[in-house]
Amino acid sequence: MAEKMTKYYVPDSSPWPLSASIGLFLIAIGGANFIQQSTEFGQNTLRNTGTWGQYPLILGALWLIAVLFFWWRDTIRESVNGLHSDQLGGSYRQGMIWFIFSEVMFFGALFGALFYTRWLIIPWLGGEGSNAMTHEILWPDFQAIWPLTTAPDGRTTQVMGAWGLPAINTAILIVSSITLTIAHHALVAGERGKLILFQGLTIVLGLIFLSLQALEYVHAYDMGLTLDAGMYGSLFFFLTGFHGIHVTLGTIMLIVMFFRILKGHFSKENHFAYEATAWYWHFVDIVWLFLFVVVYWL
Amino acid sequence: MTAVAAHDHHDDHHHAPHGLKRWLFSTNHKDIGTLYLWFSFAMFMVGGLMALVIRAELMYPGMQVVDPEFFNQMTTVHGLIMVFGAVMPATVGLANWMIPLMIGAPDMALPRMNNWSFWILPFAFTILIGSVLMSAFAEGNPSAPNFGWTFYAPLSTTYGPASTDLFILSVHMMGISSIMGAINVIVTVLNMRAPGMTLMKMPLFVWTWLITAFLLVAVMPVLAGAVTMMLTDRHFGTSFFDAAGGGDPVLFQHIFWFFGHPEVYIMILPSFGIVSAIIPTFARKPLFGYASMVYATASIALLSFVVWAHHMFTVGMPLAGMLFFMYMTMLISVPTGVKVFNWVATMWRGSITFELPMKWALAFVILFTCGGLSGLMLAITPADFQYHDTYFVVAHFHYVLVSGAIFSIFAAAYYWLPKWSGVMPNTFLGELHFWNSLLSVNLLFFPMHFVGLAGMPRRYADYALQFADYNWWISIGAFWFGISQLIFVAVCVLCAMKKGEKAPASPWEGAEGLEWTVPSPAPFHTFDTPPVVK
Amino acid sequence: MQSTLFRRVVSALSLLLVSGAGVASDWADRSNLNLRPGVTEISQDVFGLHMTILWVVTVIGLLVFGLIMYSAVAHRRSKNPNPSQFHEHVGLEVFWTVVPFFILIAMAFPATRVLISMDDTSDAELTIKVTGYRWNWSYEYLAWKDDNDIGVFFFSNLKTPPEQYERPILSGGLFPHGTAQQRVDAERPAKDADYMLAVDRPLVIPAGIKVRFLITADDVIHSWFMPDFAIKKDAIPGFINEVWTVVPEDATGVYYGQCAELCGRNHAFMPIEVHVVPQDEFETWIAEEKEKAASGPDLTPFASLDVAMQLGQEKYAAACALCHGANGQGGIGLPFAGTDFMKNPERLQDNIDVLIKGRNAMPAFAAQLTPREIAAVITYQRNAFGNETGDLVQPADVAK
Ligand code: HEA
Ligand code: HEA
Ligand code: HEC
Ligand code: CUA
Ligand SMILES: [Cu+2]
Repeated sequence: MAEKMTKYYVPDSSPWPLSASIGLFLIAIGGANFIQQSTEFGQNTLRNTGTWGQYPLILGALWLIAVLFFWWRDTIRESVNGLHSDQLGGSYRQGMIWFIFSEVMFFGALFGALFYTRWLIIPWLGGEGSNAMTHEILWPDFQAIWPLTTAPDGRTTQVMGAWGLPAINTAILIVSSITLTIAHHALVAGERGKLILFQGLTIVLGLIFLSLQALEYVHAYDMGLTLDAGMYGSLFFFLTGFHGIHVTLGTIMLIVMFFRILKGHFSKENHFAYEATAWYWHFVDIVWLFLFVVVYWL
Repeated sequence: MTAVAAHDHHDDHHHAPHGLKRWLFSTNHKDIGTLYLWFSFAMFMVGGLMALVIRAELMYPGMQVVDPEFFNQMTTVHGLIMVFGAVMPATVGLANWMIPLMIGAPDMALPRMNNWSFWILPFAFTILIGSVLMSAFAEGNPSAPNFGWTFYAPLSTTYGPASTDLFILSVHMMGISSIMGAINVIVTVLNMRAPGMTLMKMPLFVWTWLITAFLLVAVMPVLAGAVTMMLTDRHFGTSFFDAAGGGDPVLFQHIFWFFGHPEVYIMILPSFGIVSAIIPTFARKPLFGYASMVYATASIALLSFVVWAHHMFTVGMPLAGMLFFMYMTMLISVPTGVKVFNWVATMWRGSITFELPMKWALAFVILFTCGGLSGLMLAITPADFQYHDTYFVVAHFHYVLVSGAIFSIFAAAYYWLPKWSGVMPNTFLGELHFWNSLLSVNLLFFPMHFVGLAGMPRRYADYALQFADYNWWISIGAFWFGISQLIFVAVCVLCAMKKGEKAPASPWEGAEGLEWTVPSPAPFHTFDTPPVVK
Repeated sequence: MQSTLFRRVVSALSLLLVSGAGVASDWADRSNLNLRPGVTEISQDVFGLHMTILWVVTVIGLLVFGLIMYSAVAHRRSKNPNPSQFHEHVGLEVFWTVVPFFILIAMAFPATRVLISMDDTSDAELTIKVTGYRWNWSYEYLAWKDDNDIGVFFFSNLKTPPEQYERPILSGGLFPHGTAQQRVDAERPAKDADYMLAVDRPLVIPAGIKVRFLITADDVIHSWFMPDFAIKKDAIPGFINEVWTVVPEDATGVYYGQCAELCGRNHAFMPIEVHVVPQDEFETWIAEEKEKAASGPDLTPFASLDVAMQLGQEKYAAACALCHGANGQGGIGLPFAGTDFMKNPERLQDNIDVLIKGRNAMPAFAAQLTPREIAAVITYQRNAFGNETGDLVQPADVAK
C-alpha cells in the first residue's frame, strides 16, 4: 500500500455523477409510467396512460447499479492506493452521519403521521374536541379505537400482535447489532478469523430477519391486514416496509463489506466503509426498536 | 497499475480540463457553481415567462388568453420552478463558488457528489417542464401538475392528473439533489476550514449557509415522505389523506408545511449572508454584532420548525394549536429584527458608497423588511382568516422572495462577478437593471396588497369587477419587471465573454475576506495549500 | 390605447393621493384598497385588529427606513470620509431584542381575545350545513330553533352567464386544437355588476340571530370565504368545521363571498351569495321552502317545447356550461353540438342516465336538479347547439 496523502484529495473529473443522474431520470419516467399501468387509478383523473414504463424503469435501475459500482470501485481504488488523507476520512464520516440524520428525519415524518393519526385524527372522527358534528353527521357508526380495526367507511381488518414474529425479530436485530459490534472490534484488533465469523453471523441474522418479515406480510395479507385496509394498514406497511427496505440495503452493504474483508481491503486505521455500514445497521436497529414499541406493542 | 494511473491524473490538476467534459464530468467547485448559477438563471426565465402568462390572463377580468385549467398549471409550475429551480440552485451555486474560497479550502469536501447534486436538477426539471409542454402542445392537452406548488391532497391524489406521478418522482429527485448538496456544504464547512479559521471567524455567508444546509438535511426527507404517501394513496390504496379510511387531508398539510416553512428560510438565510458581506464592504466598517447575527440566524432556523401551521389557520385547528403557532410565528420577528437593526448599525457612521452591489443590498433590506412586516400581520390568526389565500399573501411572499431572495442574488452577482469572470460588470447596464427593477417590482407587487385586502383570492383565473383596476397595474409592473431582467442577461453575457474593464484581485475598496486574496478571475484551483488565518 | 393608459395613470395617481390624505374619514368605505370592515361585531373586531397591526408595522417600517435613509445620506463617503469602527454594543443589542418582544406581546393580547371569541359556536339558533363541490356549494338547513327536521336543501351555482367570461384566445393549452378561432370571433357581452359573484340560488339567513355553519366538502378541499362576516373556513372532505355569525338587525342585504382554496379548474367560478333578511321574512321563507320540499318533486308536464327550452337554457348556463361550454363545444366535459349522443334517439335514455347517475368526472345531478330541471336541460341539449332533434323530455320521464 502506498503512502498516505497529506494533501486533500480532489478527484479528477468523473463520468459517474452525470451517468447516475441519467439513471435516476430513467427510473423516474419509467416508474411513473409503470405505476400507472399496473395499478388502479383514482377517480376523476385522466385514464391510465402507461404502456412502456417497465423498460426505462428496469434499464435505469440496472444502469444506476452499474454506475454506482464503477463509482465506488474508483473510490475504493483511490483508498487502497493511499490517496485518501485523514481529512478526507473525516469528510466521509461526517457525510455519513448527516446522511443518517436525513434518514432519521424521513422516519420522523412517518412516525409523526402515526402519532397524528392516533392522537388526533381517530379521536376527531369519533367526535372529540370540536368535532361532535363530524362524528354525528358524517361518521355516526365510527368508533374511535386504536388499532383501527374498523375504518370510518366500514372496512375491517385485524391487528398484528406484538409477541409472535415481531418479538422474535426484535431479538434477532438486537443480537445482530451485538455480533456486528464484536466484528468491528475484531477488525480494529486485527483478529481476522473472528471478524469473518461475526460478520457472517450478522449477515445471516439480517437475512433471517428479512425472511421472517416476508412471512409476516404473507400472514398479514391472509388475515386481511392489507395496504388498503385503512389507516392502520397504511401505517403498518409504511413503517415496517420502509424499515424493511433499509434492512435490505443494510444487508447488501454488510455482504459487500464481507467480500471486501475477504479481499483484505480494510486495515485498522482505514476502514471507513465498514464503519459507515456499521453505523447504518445500528441506525436501522434503533428504528426497529421504536417501531416495535409504537406500531406493534402500544 | 491503478496507482500510477491515479497519480497521473492527479498531475493534470494544474490545468483545467477542456471542452464538454469539463462541464459534464466536473469535480471543480467553481465550474459546478457556474453550472448551478446558469441553470438557475435559465429557470428564472422559464418561471418568469409562466408568471407573465398568469399576468396576461389577469390583466382584465374575463378569460383572455388561456383556459382556467392551463392557468392553474401555470401558477403551480411557476411556483415550483421559482422555488426549486431558481432560488435554491442559485444560492447553492453561490455556496459552491464562495464557501471554499471564503474558508480557504481546495474544493468542496465531496467533489464528485457535488457534481451529482447538480446534474440531477436538469433531469428533474426536464420532467416537470416536459409535462407543461405536453399540456401546451400535445393533442388532447393532458394536464400538467395543476394543484398549486403546495399540492394539497386530495386535489393532488384522488383528483390529480396523470402527470402527478412524474411530478412526484421529480420531487424525489430534487430532494436527493438538495440533501446531497447540503451534506456537502456542512462537511465542507465543518471539516475543510483553513488552519486558524475558527467557527466564529467564518464570514456570515458561510454561517448562514451552514445553517441553511442543516435545515435542508432536516426537512427535505420529510417532503420525500409526503410525496411518497401521495404516491401510495394514488396507486396502492393507502388512506393517509382520506377520512374514509381513517386518514385526514390535513395530515398532508402538516407534513408539507413542516417542510415548507423551513423551506422559505432556506431561501432567505443565504440572502442574509450575502447582505452581511456587502454592507460592511461598502460602509467600510466591520459588520455590527457578528456574534448576535450568528445567534439570530440559528434562532430563526430553530423557530422555523415550530411555526409551520401558520399556513393552516383556516383548516379548523383546535384553539390551543392556533394560539401556539401564532405566538411562535410572531417570535421569529425578534431575531429577524436583530439582523435588520444590525445592518442599519453597520451603515451607521460608516463611509458609504453606492456601487451596484450596495444598491441591491439596500433595496433588499428595505423591501425584505416590508415583506417581513406583512408576514407579521399574517401571523395574527384572526386577521389571517381575512388575509389567508388572498393576494395579500401573494404580496407578502413576493416581497420576501423577489425583492428579497432574488434581489440579494443580484447583489451577490454584481459583487462577485469580478471574481468569477475577471471583468467588472457593465455599470451602465447595471444601473439600468437596478432602477428599472426597483421601480417595477413595487408596481408589480405593492398593489397586490390592496386587491388582497379587498378580498381577491389567489389562484383565481378570473375575478370580480372591483379588482379590475389594480390588476391592470400589476400586470404592467410584471411586464416591465420582466423586460428589465433582460438587461441582466446582457450584463452576464458581457462578463462571460470577458468584455469589460479588467478586475483586480480585490475590486471593492472595503472588502475583506480570503476570496479577495486570490486573483480575478479565480484560478481553476485555489488554496491547494491552505492559507493560515490569524 | 395611449389615451386609456393616460387616463389610468391619472386616475390611479389621484386615487393614491386621496387615499393618503383622507385616511381617517372614509378609509373604511374604500373597499378596494383596504380590508372590508364587514358588518358583524366579529368582523369589525378583526378590522380593528388589522388596523392596529397595520399601524404598528407601518410605524416600525418607517422608523427603520428612516434610519437607513438618514444613514445613507448623512454617512455617505463624501460627507463622512473616515468611517468609525465600532461593531459591538451590548446595550443596543439588548434594546432592539427586548423592545420588539414587548411590542409583540402587546399585539398578542387583542389577537388572542378576538380569536377566543370567534371560537365559540354554542347556542346557535339556526344550523346550516355547507358543502363544497367541484364547483358549486350546497346548503342544507339542519335546525331552526327547535325544529330539527327541515329538509330544505339546494345547490348554489355561479349565475354569471358563460358568454361574459368565456373566450380565451388560447383555450385548452397554449396551442388549442380546433376551437380557438371560433372563440376569438365570438362577441363577448358586457359584464354584469355582480360578475363572478352572483349565484342562481343564494343562501338565506335571518338577521340578529346566531347562525352556525357546518362546513364540509364532498370531493377536494374548498374554503368558504365571506369577508363581510370575517369567516374563512376550509371545507374538508370527511370532516366538519364549525363557524358562526350574527348579522346585526340593521344590516340586512346581499353579501358576497368566494371559494378560497384551490379546488381545480373552476376554483374561481364558485362564488357565495348570502341574503340576510329580517327574522319574520325568514320565518315565512323557511316555512314555504319546507313545504315545497315536503310535497315532493313537481312533475307537471311542460306545456310546450318553448317552456322547457327556457328553463333548460337557464339551468344549462348555471350547472353545465362551466364544463361543457356555453355553446356545447366541450371543455372538461364532452361536446354536445352535433354529436351522435345528442342526436340519436336511441341514446335518449343514456342521456337521462348520465345526468342522474353521473359518469367518471361527470357529476351525478339527481340531487342538484329537480326532475323537472333535468328534463328541461336534456330538452335544451337536444335542441340547442344546432341539434334540433325536437325531443321534448317530460319530468315524469326522468322521475321513473
Ligand atoms: C423567503 C421567504 C419567506 C420569508 C423570509 C417569510 C417570512 C415570514 N413569513 Fe412568510 N411566506 C412565504 C415566504 C416567506 N415568509 C411564502 C412563500 C408563503 C406562502 C406559501 C403559500 O401558501 O404558497 C408565506 C406565507 C406566510 C404565512 C401564511 C399566510 C397564509 O397563507 O394565510 C404567514 C403567516 O403567519 C407568514 C408569516 C411570515 C413571518 C411572520 C415571517 C417572518 O420571518 C418575517 C420577519 C421579519 C420582520 C418582522 C421584518 C423585520 C423586523 C424588524 C424590523 C424588527 C421589528 C419588528 C417587529 C417587532 C414587528 N408567511
Ligand atoms: C422565488 C420565487 C418567485 C419568484 C422570483 C416569482 C416571481 C414572479 N411571480 Fe410568483 N409565485 C411564487 C414564487 C415566485 N414568484 C410562488 C411560490 C407562488 C405561489 C404558487 C401557487 O399558488 O401555488 C407564486 C405565485 C404568483 C402569482 C399568483 C398566481 C395565482 O395565485 O394564481 C402571481 C400573479 O401575479 C405571480 C407573479 C410573479 C411575477 C410577475 C414574477 C416576476 O418577478 C417574474 C419576473 C421574471 C421574468 C418575467 C422572466 C424574465 C424575462 C424574460 C424571460 C423575458 C421575456 C419578458 C418579456 C417579453 C416581458 N406569482
Ligand atoms: C364537473 C364538470 C361537469 C359538469 C358540471 C357537467 N358535466 Fe357533463 N360531463 C362531464 C365530463 C367530464 C363528461 C365525460 C364523462 C366520461 O368521461 O365518461 C361528461 C359527460 C356528459 C354527457 C355524456 C356525453 C357523451 O357524449 O357521452 C352528458 C349528456 C352530459 N355530460 C351532460 C351534462 C349536463 C346536462 C350537465 C349540467 C346539468 C353537465 N353535464 C354538467 C363533466 C361535467
Ligand atoms: Cu372550490 Cu376553490
Ligand atoms: Cu411559513
